[in-house]
Amino acid sequence: MSGGAGNPILYLDGVSVVFDGFRALNNLSLFVEQGELRAIIGPNGAGKTTMMDVITGKTQPTAGIVKFRDHDLTRLDEATIANLGIGRKFQKPTMFDALTVFENLELALKAPRGPWACLTWILGSDARARIEEAAEEVGLAARLRDRAGVLSHGQRQWLEIGMLLMQDPELLLVDEPVAGMTDQETEHTAALLRRIAGARSVVVVEHDLEFVRALGSKVTVLCEGSMLSEGSIDHVQNDPRVIEVYLGR
Amino acid sequence: MSATALPAPAGAARITIRLVLAGIVLVLAALPILNALPESHALHVSDFIVTVGGKWITYAILALAIDLAWGYAGILSLGHGAFFALGGYAMGMHLMRLIGPRGVYGHPVLPDFMVFLGYKELPWYWLGFEFFPYALFMAMFVPGLLALIVGWLAFRSRITGVYFSIITQAMTYALMLAFFRNDMGFGGNNGFTDFKELLGMPLRSANARATLFYASLVLLLISLWLCWRIAESKLGRVLVAIRDAESRVRFLGYDVTQHKLFVFVVSAVIAGLAGALYVPQVGIINPGEFSPGNSIEAVIWVAVGGRGTLLGAILGAFSVNALKTWLTTVAPDLWLFALGGLFVAVTLFLPRGLIGLITKAPGR
Repeated sequence: MSGGAGNPILYLDGVSVVFDGFRALNNLSLFVEQGELRAIIGPNGAGKTTMMDVITGKTQPTAGIVKFRDHDLTRLDEATIANLGIGRKFQKPTMFDALTVFENLELALKAPRGPWACLTWILGSDARARIEEAAEEVGLAARLRDRAGVLSHGQRQWLEIGMLLMQDPELLLVDEPVAGMTDQETEHTAALLRRIAGARSVVVVEHDLEFVRALGSKVTVLCEGSMLSEGSIDHVQNDPRVIEVYLGR
Repeated sequence: MSATALPAPAGAARITIRLVLAGIVLVLAALPILNALPESHALHVSDFIVTVGGKWITYAILALAIDLAWGYAGILSLGHGAFFALGGYAMGMHLMRLIGPRGVYGHPVLPDFMVFLGYKELPWYWLGFEFFPYALFMAMFVPGLLALIVGWLAFRSRITGVYFSIITQAMTYALMLAFFRNDMGFGGNNGFTDFKELLGMPLRSANARATLFYASLVLLLISLWLCWRIAESKLGRVLVAIRDAESRVRFLGYDVTQHKLFVFVVSAVIAGLAGALYVPQVGIINPGEFSPGNSIEAVIWVAVGGRGTLLGAILGAFSVNALKTWLTTVAPDLWLFALGGLFVAVTLFLPRGLIGLITKAPGR
């Protein structure tokens, strides 16, 4: 299987999700190491997004173990899991269009999350610096005062990644970050994710094989809710089973 | 819920809003003073106008409470009239206790309706209402507690949008039916009336009229400040985020239930206080105040004024009630058609409400 030596930060073992008899995940096992960058590919309906839903508490698995460090994620709700240090970027960029880029980042910034704490929150200079730093990192420093609703598609994807950074998570789940991006934007995003990994673990779900190659990470191939193959991009691209179900189509 | 972006007013618009607000407050504050002028004076304002003005101010406070929950957090309550009425009943109980032996039956303790219904002693939940601070506290506590319970059950189960609206309609309807019952101990059908005095002032005196009017105005300003303070804080931005993309807020690590509960309870408490000031000014409270139509009408005030703007709620409450007062005199049968038509027209042609007319920010 994965053959990871150390202590995995994310640990899925024998996870199944059944919706009305349909097995969205089928006995899936996956280990992600501390600081690892991992790409997950697979045809439509392979269970990639369901896997993200299980990790972030949106979907309850029918069977199996899902652990983040020592926490059993199957028993926690979305907000609690997010506060443990798992950040998620959705396939379709979702942010708060009525708020500015700055305000979107400010909401994501790691800080007490209760109503009273939010009511009495005062933006300090170090918080402001962190927000500006993240905006710089994702290339939106010039757009801080614009409403998120007016950003282009690529910029929206980056704002989402910026919001992930503000949460200061240990594990980032990034669902299709380059869908609809130009080649140049795709390159920029790959470089950004490579920079982020190391200090944090990053799991990227993507269709775009050029992008996955640019990430230069270990690749997991999912098919029909189970792991089909795992290894370097060259390894999986030459795996006959992968060629049959995915690349050969 | 669709992302109806409400742009923050630009600098010039912000000044316009402040001017409009200052204008409204100055005109209102002048009313009781002009009322004190001799009747022959050209600027004299009748008692009727002061009483109606005070009543409308309490409506404006109710509208403000609805706007805080609906305009910011996207919680469309169609039962806010219930919180208003509960606050009103709390004040009504105090006013009933103050009548003392001056009732028709002359019983030293029991209000007339209890004597009539054969009560031997005051029900336990009436105890303490002879004290004004206690009644005022209950006018906030009871609506707040109801909002906490209903909100907790609904928000925890992630009941949102139209389903939540229907539940709040059912809530106010159920309360109306309950308060209609004589054995509830709240005067049934007839509710409470024939109040004599409040804080030592005979209710029909000019002094009481002016005092209640100014108390309402002060409550309006305090509520506006409180709502504005919430709207301008990070909490306000969390609420807008919940309105536009609730599940995304959860994935950012916010406990959405807590935030919605907070704003819903604050909103209910404000509505309860408004009801407590409404009752001594109109001189009556009965179960009709719980009728679902009242709550819907209050939501229309906010829609007409412009939701998510606070000042819009106040403008809406005043203008729709002005229209109602005029139309129900001229053509009473047309009022409900006019109200419905107004709601449709505002939704179609003026989605940002009246406030959108005065703050028409260019390029937004």
